[in-house]
Amino acid sequence: MIKLDSKIPAGPLAEKWTDHKNHMKLVAPNNRPKIDIIVVGTGLAGASAAASLGEMGYNVKAFCFQDSPRRAHSIAAQGGINAAKNYQNDGDSVYRLFYDTIKGGDYRAREANVHRLAEVSGNIIDQCVAQGVPFAREYGGLLDNRSFGGTQVQRTFYAAGQTGQQLLLGAYSALSRQIGLGRVKMYNRHEMLDLVKIDGKARGIIARNLVTGEIERHSAHAVVIASGGYGNVYFLSTNAMGSNVSAAWKVHKRGALFANPCYVQIHPTCIPVHGTNQSKLTLMSESLRNSGRIWVPKKKEDAEAIRAGKLKPTQIAEEDRDYYLERRYPAFGNLVPRDVASRAAKERCDEGYGIEANDTNEGVYLDFASEIMSKGRQAAFAQGDHNPSEEKMKQLGKKWVEEKYGNLFQMYEKITDENPYEAPMKIYPAVHYTMGGVWVDYNLQSTIEGCFVCGEANFSDHGANRLGASALMQGLADGYFVLPYTISDYLANEIRTGKISTDSPEFVEAENAVKSTIDMFLNNKGTKSVDHFHKRLGLVMWNKVGMARNEQGLKEAIAEIAEIRDDFYKNVFVPGSADELNPELEKALRVADFMELGQLMAMDALQRKESCGGHFREEYQDEEGETLRDDENFKFVGAWEYKGMDVTQAELHKEDLNYEFIKIAARNYK
Amino acid sequence: MATKTINITLKIWRQKNAKVKGSLESYKLDNVSTDSSFLEMLDQLNEQLVNEQKEPVAFDHDCREGICGMCSLYINGRAHGPDTGITTCQLHMRMFNDGDTIYVEPWRSAAFPIIKDLVVDRSAFDRIQQAGGFVSVNTSGRTMDANAIPVPKADADKAFEAAACIGCGACVATCKNGSAMLFVGAKVSQYALLPQGKVEAKERVLNMVRQMDEEGFGNCTNTGACEIECPKGISLENIARMNREFLFASLTSEK
Repeated sequence: MIKLDSKIPAGPLAEKWTDHKNHMKLVAPNNRPKIDIIVVGTGLAGASAAASLGEMGYNVKAFCFQDSPRRAHSIAAQGGINAAKNYQNDGDSVYRLFYDTIKGGDYRAREANVHRLAEVSGNIIDQCVAQGVPFAREYGGLLDNRSFGGTQVQRTFYAAGQTGQQLLLGAYSALSRQIGLGRVKMYNRHEMLDLVKIDGKARGIIARNLVTGEIERHSAHAVVIASGGYGNVYFLSTNAMGSNVSAAWKVHKRGALFANPCYVQIHPTCIPVHGTNQSKLTLMSESLRNSGRIWVPKKKEDAEAIRAGKLKPTQIAEEDRDYYLERRYPAFGNLVPRDVASRAAKERCDEGYGIEANDTNEGVYLDFASEIMSKGRQAAFAQGDHNPSEEKMKQLGKKWVEEKYGNLFQMYEKITDENPYEAPMKIYPAVHYTMGGVWVDYNLQSTIEGCFVCGEANFSDHGANRLGASALMQGLADGYFVLPYTISDYLANEIRTGKISTDSPEFVEAENAVKSTIDMFLNNKGTKSVDHFHKRLGLVMWNKVGMARNEQGLKEAIAEIAEIRDDFYKNVFVPGSADELNPELEKALRVADFMELGQLMAMDALQRKESCGGHFREEYQDEEGETLRDDENFKFVGAWEYKGMDVTQAELHKEDLNYEFIKIAARNYK
Repeated sequence: MATKTINITLKIWRQKNAKVKGSLESYKLDNVSTDSSFLEMLDQLNEQLVNEQKEPVAFDHDCREGICGMCSLYINGRAHGPDTGITTCQLHMRMFNDGDTIYVEPWRSAAFPIIKDLVVDRSAFDRIQQAGGFVSVNTSGRTMDANAIPVPKADADKAFEAAACIGCGACVATCKNGSAMLFVGAKVSQYALLPQGKVEAKERVLNMVRQMDEEGFGNCTNTGACEIECPKGISLENIARMNREFLFASLTSEK
């Protein structure tokens, strides 16, 4: 019987982490080289963890499926990273960042974890600057900040629209340094296909060399999973094509509980879907909502005319536009949290005001015209022109926008063939981030001893909705500043263990199981591609486990996914062989795990009879369409235990969330 | 968006692995939406091949939004194809016409050996980075406050522009000498422009250039093709700056 123990230290909130650090066990420098650690994934969490652990003196083996650790999908994060520095002197503090994150997560995250995150946030910025990360600066040479959704302060640090890239390259440089020094051994183009457990402890992994196809055994005294989120279960998402749940799912199948799988973030500002051959969706950074105003036409006939190509958005008069976020949420306006903004867009499009001429008419405008004029006016004044012409204001305003968001505007234009400096962007929500993940305690350890999970792969810090610019913060906090302490506390008991052999029956069993799955796929006499099944799964997930869910739809989804899964195993065709680079085989192994996860997500959404954050149950909303949380019955983390191939048999465990320091309230952005 | 479709012929480099010879194979592909990206077009081809029980074309790709640097195709004789300032995943089929024949090859450079079909091994870039592409600061977080050293905005902006390199290797593939100097120059410049990178500047440039030479990359002869084909617009200035840094370090380094 599994008993969930969050291991949150006692004491006042602000002292828990410091006090905990002071009392954890240490591993002496001369003992660290005797200990092996495996890190799976090299995004912000994985690369920072591997670099830090290598630097401490442990033997680290790091794995990524890409051709270089620098390609992990953290690289695509655009807008920024939060930190409670209060450089802008607008009233920010550790407490406020903590409070905003808990509230943004709709009161479904752990207080202690989130406070720790806020505490270390400032150090992240110090660390990154010391590593040579070129953040945006003001003319005085100091760091610049901007606003993000769900906050009323400017605490977001950024590097144009490429903040994730710059932070990942920073972590990659720290990792590269350790690889060069021989303290980390890097395995590129390798995919973890199982966790090996011996006497209840994580002792290694089975990995496939994606180039040669060789199945390899790797042993270690602890395994760190930093493999990212599971948004690709929807087929179409803003995740990279290779992003997958397999490492986390294998750990789950070996006994780690999987928490809150139904909490999925649908990002409000993505480029709308264009056709059935589309492979992925592209995000337009939330930072654009600092400057862009979101609207649809007030009149349905205008929306119809736009879709038919008879009217241009610039021809719609100001009074005929519905700036629906400003109308519904005046206090936060266009900067409401992502879940709120996404639902509001869906509401307008469902009512028939969508402006995109695709199958579903789903799209709204993100308009920069007002900002271009106002920033242009400011720039003209700064040049001493106090009576600038409209043309001049426009020109200077465009220049300002280009400096702030240039790469995003260029990206938009390349994809859509439309110029966003002249006409508003068309956007619509898309699957972006998953708050759920492997259940971990305060030490980031899963329910399997010695198996730690960090970054997006765990569930711990964002509750039911993540605020913008907080994923980068969490990834680096976990890898640089949390895990190195907590994993040492665990490893202090391993200094006498000695090298772990890969010849044990557990390694043999795990390797054989992986090999037989691969053989099964390659010898299946099917006729349909892996993508065929992945797309079918994605469609069910989007329609029934997407932005709005209801009991009937969820029950249907569980049954439909079971059917697709059966069909997949019977009829999938995987070409090529096992001993070579075989992308179709890689996809088949990943989609097999997505099928199981998809069912669990629907089950979790079904049991959570409330609406909170990214989880919106149509049955639980107020007259204005706002979410109705049920704190009396659902103020818990839902953590699932794997009970075999039939996912519907999975068992739910509950971790109650205690709010000792924050007064829990209805989330209000009005 | 208008939904226009075109029919095309593809000539694609197929090579089973590094040990065997490869060749160009011809494929016909119909009903390609002009709104599709180049890689979505290749997905469509692969779907067609799988449905015919044939082996699909292997190509590298991941983020599909022009930032991870994984995609790497030589299309009609140009790195990342017939458009500027983009990666292959950002190239759209609207750049092509109905009836076109499109040649698709892997990066061509001795330092990037072929793994399979269009997939090449770019781990040489990682090794150059490991030789010195970092600031030697431990990850304790106990450094000085981030605002302790003001950095002139112009320097920070230039460092950022250099740091925008995605490590895709288009510069190498395009260069007639197979030179990696734009890539290395960008990394050297990023750190050379920032106070945090100055302490180890001499050693860094010497080590990175040594590794670059060991990997078998060629030298720069100022043709400038790399700058034109670079999806992130990394400037040749960075090569000039690296040369200055290298010369200075060679003459004054105490090692």
